[in-house]
Amino acid sequence: MRQTLSNRLGVAAEPIIEWTIRLCGWSAIFFVFAIFFFVFREGAPFLFGKLDIVEFLTNVNWRPDSRIKAQYGVLALITGTAAVTALAALIAVPAGLGAAVFVSEFCPRRLREVLKIVIELLAAIPSVVWGFIGYMVLNPLIIWATGAPIGINILNGGIILALMSVPIIMSMGEDALRAVPDTYREAAIALGASRWQLVYKVLMPAAKNGLLAAALLGIGRSVGETMAVLMATGHSIQIPGSLLDPVRTLTATIAAELGETVEGGDHYRALFVIGTLLMLMSLIVNVTADLVVKGVRGKQNG
Amino acid sequence: MSSVRTLLSLALVAGTVACSGGKPAESGGSAAPATSGVVIRLTGSDTMVNLNQAWAENYKTVKPDVSVQVAGGGSGVGIAGLIDGILDIAASSRKMEPEEIAKATKEAGAAPQEIVVGMDALAVFVNKDNPLKEISIEDLAQIYGDGGKYTKWSQLGVKNTACSADEIIRVSRQNNSGTYAYFREAVLGRTADFKLGSVDQSGSKDVAELVTRTPCAIGYSGMAYVSPGVHALKISKKTGEPAIAPTVESALSGEYPIARPLYFYTHGKPSAQAQAFIDWTLSEPGQKILQDIGYVPAPKASK
Repeated sequence: MRQTLSNRLGVAAEPIIEWTIRLCGWSAIFFVFAIFFFVFREGAPFLFGKLDIVEFLTNVNWRPDSRIKAQYGVLALITGTAAVTALAALIAVPAGLGAAVFVSEFCPRRLREVLKIVIELLAAIPSVVWGFIGYMVLNPLIIWATGAPIGINILNGGIILALMSVPIIMSMGEDALRAVPDTYREAAIALGASRWQLVYKVLMPAAKNGLLAAALLGIGRSVGETMAVLMATGHSIQIPGSLLDPVRTLTATIAAELGETVEGGDHYRALFVIGTLLMLMSLIVNVTADLVVKGVRGKQNG
Repeated sequence: MSSVRTLLSLALVAGTVACSGGKPAESGGSAAPATSGVVIRLTGSDTMVNLNQAWAENYKTVKPDVSVQVAGGGSGVGIAGLIDGILDIAASSRKMEPEEIAKATKEAGAAPQEIVVGMDALAVFVNKDNPLKEISIEDLAQIYGDGGKYTKWSQLGVKNTACSADEIIRVSRQNNSGTYAYFREAVLGRTADFKLGSVDQSGSKDVAELVTRTPCAIGYSGMAYVSPGVHALKISKKTGEPAIAPTVESALSGEYPIARPLYFYTHGKPSAQAQAFIDWTLSEPGQKILQDIGYVPAPKASK
């Protein structure tokens, strides 16, 4: 009797548990779409109403508060985001992957543990502290070293963002390299490969997917970073002519201006259109990354 | 969808109730008189909202049974509210027009009283190594204004040796700042825009901080933010006219061109409670709060 009861309970509980787990899985997708929907909904009346989308994307003038005529052009902001992110990626990807190779392959075990802890500690520093370092420390250093008129600029923002993404790239890259079976290493050494040849010809191709994912996650962090770039890039609306020009990014604009806009006003909605634009940009980056990884995998299998 | 909305609004109502429930408890044991106490309605100037809020919060500790309700919206909103008779005090960063005074007098049966509660003076400053000592409003408009032609220190006739690039780095404020709006109005003109490409900071303190660190920079903020690393420029209305240093005295006398008084206007003859509040804002602790926020204290004469 008792057995049949617990049996029945088990039978009844089974679908409930299954559904709970299923719900957890689906909720992630649901939340992503919900966020996208709400951001889009706030911007939509402006996007499909007054806004000229071509002008929005090609105009340099971002003057939401002009007394003459409010202008919503984000070209300068897009260039700002692109410039800072590109510089950060240029510094952080080689440095992060190099650190990963060193920690995983060349480093004595003791030093490895110390290095990993220290570098991962870098990842725990809040972004506002990074911004502060850019503002207080790097700013005068850059003026002194380059003779630039102002030290909060693309170079400053790029360095700060690179420092922020190196720990991510390194620890993910190291995981990817460690995941390569030791038999690969043994086989390469048995064939007489030097350590460098082992890394370059065997480990790097074998861990390609993981390394690529590491690099893209690091870059993703740079694109979305707000507080640090707000402080370190100078927050200045212009198309940069050199690495030493201050710029303003899309994220920093939202952070700086959203708090004081009138809810439902044009300026408020324009900021949400920028939010939608940012989400689309990261979607494109992620999908491209996915396709690239799939392409790499296809080649490897074939 | 409608059920979602009901839920949302329910949550909102619950939130509001919870919040308003929390307020009286904050003011300690005097919760009971607070609910039956006097309310002073104070609305107007956006520049003054922070100031008014600070006053209202601190006034709670002085007179727990009086609550000061603060709202912004702009000086015009405050004056309109005074004319409609829905306010006790209007906060304004401009003088009331004669016809507005006439309307307000008619509504309240007595003329509104004008009280200068403080002054808002903007200092324009450069790095301490910059030899520039004074500048005219016209030149400032050429530096900061859209279409202005000055981009190099040498164009102003300044040999800024600390700044080898010779470029003028314009430090400004983000466009939601009241200081930004006043600078635009007072320096660039009522209908003018800033030249894009200025380095926009989120606080007055950040502006002074950045100019301290940047020999090529020029910046502006409330007078209280001038720090040892920068020096404030004397300002003249036109090139060639005598330039005035930003001091409390020159701001009060009206000689300094980018200063303005901050006003309270009362609804007719103020009630005893409103008068007590105004007196308190002009008292030493009230003026201390005003100075902490970065404004110039009110001239003693208006006390």
